Amino acid sequence: MSFNLLILASLGYVVFLFIVAFVAEDRAERGHSGWARSPWVYTLSLSVYCTAWTFYGAVGFAARSGLEFLTIYLGPTLVLVGWWWLLRKLVQIGKAQRITSIADLLSSRYGKSNLVGAIVTVLAVIGTTPYIALQLQSVSLSVAAFASNTPLGPLDVAKTTGIWVAVGLALFAILFGTRNLDVDERHHGVVTAIAVEAVVKLFALIAVGIFVVWGVADGAADIKNRIDASEIAQFNVDNSRWIGLTFLSAAAFICLPRMFQVLVVENEDENNLSIASWAFPLYLAAMSLFVVPIAVVGLELLPEGSNPDLFVLTIPLTQGADGLALLAFLGGFSSATSMVIVAALALATMVSNNMVMPLYLRAQNIGATVSGDVRAVVLVSRRLSIVAVLLLGYIYYAVSGGTVALSSIGLISFVGVAQVLPALIGGLFWRGGTRTGAALGLIVGFSIWMYTLLLPTLFADTNVYSSIVGDGLFGIEWLRPYALFGVTRLDPIVHSVFWTMLLNASAFIIASICSFPNPVERLQATTFVNVFDLAEETGGWRGAAIEAEDLLVMAQRIIGGRDAQRLFTQVARKQGKEGYLPDITPDFITVLERRLAGSVGAATAHAMMGQITGGSSVSVEELMAVADETAQMLEYSNQLEVKSAELERTARQLRNANEKLTALSVQKDAFLSQISHELRTPMTSIRAFSEILREGDVNGAERARYADIIHDEARRLTRLLDDLLDLAVLENGQVSLNIENARLEQLINRAIDACVNSSSQMHIKRNRANEAIMLATDPDRLAQVFINLITNAQKYCDAPKAELRIRIADLGPSVQVDFIDNGSGIGVAQQAVIFEKFSRLTDHARAGGAGLGLAICREIVGKLGGTIEYLPGQDGAAFRVTLAKSLP
Amino acid sequence: MSETKTVLLVEDEPNIMEALRFVLERDDWRVVTHSDGATALGAITDIAPHVVVLDVMLPNKSGFDILRELRAGQNTVPVLMLTARGQQKDRDMAIEAGANRFMTKPFANRDVRDALNTLIAQ
Repeated sequence: MSFNLLILASLGYVVFLFIVAFVAEDRAERGHSGWARSPWVYTLSLSVYCTAWTFYGAVGFAARSGLEFLTIYLGPTLVLVGWWWLLRKLVQIGKAQRITSIADLLSSRYGKSNLVGAIVTVLAVIGTTPYIALQLQSVSLSVAAFASNTPLGPLDVAKTTGIWVAVGLALFAILFGTRNLDVDERHHGVVTAIAVEAVVKLFALIAVGIFVVWGVADGAADIKNRIDASEIAQFNVDNSRWIGLTFLSAAAFICLPRMFQVLVVENEDENNLSIASWAFPLYLAAMSLFVVPIAVVGLELLPEGSNPDLFVLTIPLTQGADGLALLAFLGGFSSATSMVIVAALALATMVSNNMVMPLYLRAQNIGATVSGDVRAVVLVSRRLSIVAVLLLGYIYYAVSGGTVALSSIGLISFVGVAQVLPALIGGLFWRGGTRTGAALGLIVGFSIWMYTLLLPTLFADTNVYSSIVGDGLFGIEWLRPYALFGVTRLDPIVHSVFWTMLLNASAFIIASICSFPNPVERLQATTFVNVFDLAEETGGWRGAAIEAEDLLVMAQRIIGGRDAQRLFTQVARKQGKEGYLPDITPDFITVLERRLAGSVGAATAHAMMGQITGGSSVSVEELMAVADETAQMLEYSNQLEVKSAELERTARQLRNANEKLTALSVQKDAFLSQISHELRTPMTSIRAFSEILREGDVNGAERARYADIIHDEARRLTRLLDDLLDLAVLENGQVSLNIENARLEQLINRAIDACVNSSSQMHIKRNRANEAIMLATDPDRLAQVFINLITNAQKYCDAPKAELRIRIADLGPSVQVDFIDNGSGIGVAQQAVIFEKFSRLTDHARAGGAGLGLAICREIVGKLGGTIEYLPGQDGAAFRVTLAKSLP
Repeated sequence: MSETKTVLLVEDEPNIMEALRFVLERDDWRVVTHSDGATALGAITDIAPHVVVLDVMLPNKSGFDILRELRAGQNTVPVLMLTARGQQKDRDMAIEAGANRFMTKPFANRDVRDALNTLIAQ
């Protein structure tokens, strides 16, 4: 077949891919992206997993190690079938957090850490560059396979091809990968082109397979015999390698930057995942269907020493099936280019977002404010990153092309990117994972991978490294790269997987436990781990078409029913839809958001509107702004609360004071009223009888009687005035006490002497023996108290044989003196008031006083440091005076 | 005077009661006295005097309350209220309760006599 035809066909295919991408992009832009969003395109785009290394290499793998190549398909199948909820979680988080790459995911999860993002980026670039080189090599080699007849010779052709392929891929990636920067933008063109390529490579491989089985061999039975006869059937199954490689490919399926790109970033609809979870394993099964037959036939058919990695191409070529060979070439070409495009895109995004932009922003000192200029910078940075990634890949290919280092790079690369796994899984399911833990785990895993796998492979030919491999670093045996810590019997890949994963995960867990997350980390940890719960909470808004009613419900909750109704009515009127709910226009949303901001703060309002109108979740910055606002509001409301508490306290005090004043005023009124009454009553008698006497119209007996009344009433007045003055002095504390030592007995004698006169018939019982107690007191005042109590008993005791008992109780430091009569006593209601001023019990005439006696007693006893109280439950009225024997 | 007029003194101070009795009997009044607030209303109704002299501060029931109940019972007997609390609000309360005259203690004997004569002449 002519080499020129091959070149022509390749160019035609490339042009076709450009057109496919362009059309898809164009349709998506005009909103007709229906089929580009279908789960089938999504499923096919996942085939970037199957690179040229799989397309060509699987056969080589089978030729060298038998069925072990199946592990590469088994891992992803297990993930998709058994762990698709993990992928679903990834997709949800990706959407909610507007994740742009796996580096972005980890950075975001660990508190927007630039450090974590940068480590993952470096890891991805180092892990992926050789892989890109491998793709370039496979394309170059496959071109060279056709070039045996050209004057240039295969090697030169290969080198030239490499550079042109790299340039073309860079162009494609830049054209369809960095058209604009919209966060929600997905690369419809790229994805569609990849889906087409997926069909081409599957079709090509199956076509070659059918050709091999039914063209070269004599059908399935013949192939079965040939397989049984070949070495492939003889390979022993190495359990550790099977388990290790399956795990590795499963990890790679999740962690590879390009897989993350198509699985999460390019995901249009979460539900696509459920189709992909069974459809993609079927695709992989179809891809692996003819691997063994091709390998077996290739081994038989082609001369010893032929590269089994190229059997897919060389079998049709040697059999003269040029058309099929061309198809096989395009299949391989598709595998290589799709991988390189997506990988370049993913890496460029990572490099740009996680390394270039942070540095640029820091240098510009403009913080996170995104202006138009920054967008331009991001675009340029991404485009340059694509060029850089491909250039790196090409250089790597040019330097190490054709060596063992390259052909074994597939699995080695897998181990490298798998280092992301502990931090990723830990970040999704363990809130305790911290930035420090993630960074340390990544660095530990990365270092061990470099030491045990990458460096020994790259420098296998150099003396220095072969001595390290043989004797260990610095001659320390347990540091041998392929036998770390003396673990010697494992295959290098499995060995590296074992140690990197173990130490990586341990470092991650231990450092996470030992370190303390900052607030953003904690927030993000919760958001990531609980993404399903959060999604369910806000599920009502998600996906559903936004309705004015939804907005109204929310607005009513925030600004109140009436205001919300008014706002909506206004807007509807402006829109000419009076009486209906307004249309959701950008203007309306802006107005509403501004209105809400007035109530809940700008960030909250924005987040709420974003949630409802966009269906997407809130960014960290927004959440933090919300938290800040809330904190401020809380602080403010706390202050208000304190203030209002103060006000309330003051008001309460004022109210209390006012009540007291009112009560005092009422008391004062009542007091004045009482005094007025007490003074006016005797004065009335005095005046009336004085007038009678002055008129002279009375006989002698009457004259004498009326003069006596006047005299008595005058004395009553005097007594009242004395009492009032006494009380005023006592109450104002101006009284001076003459403290002396006195015998209680003498004081009681004095009181009884003062009270008992001819008119008194009351019998007084006392026990003088008990009265021999010395008191430090004011004898005159205390006697006054006793006199008052005895007088009261004389006045009020209503028993036919009135009797007063004076009972003494010596309590050591104090003494109780009880005055108990045998009358009917005092009612419970009155007991409460008897010590108040003017609280006479019965009518004026009988009491003969103004009701100040007990009030005066209380004041005096209080001044003497004692108490006086009514003693209920006795036979009659009973008062108890308690006094300290010595004053303090 | 052609016929003997009856005055009911409702007053709890015996001295004041005695002074008023002396002064009014001298003027040919028939003087009936009552000193308990609680039963005063019944006494007024039973005795049906031509005029009542009513003290405010009585045991068990205030003069204001007695007067209010009296007026509520459509009894229009003229009432002269005497009080030892000489504040304006007491005067207001007395008029409001239905007193025809109001006097503050201590009073001039002549004023009481004149007031009673005026009340029965109306």
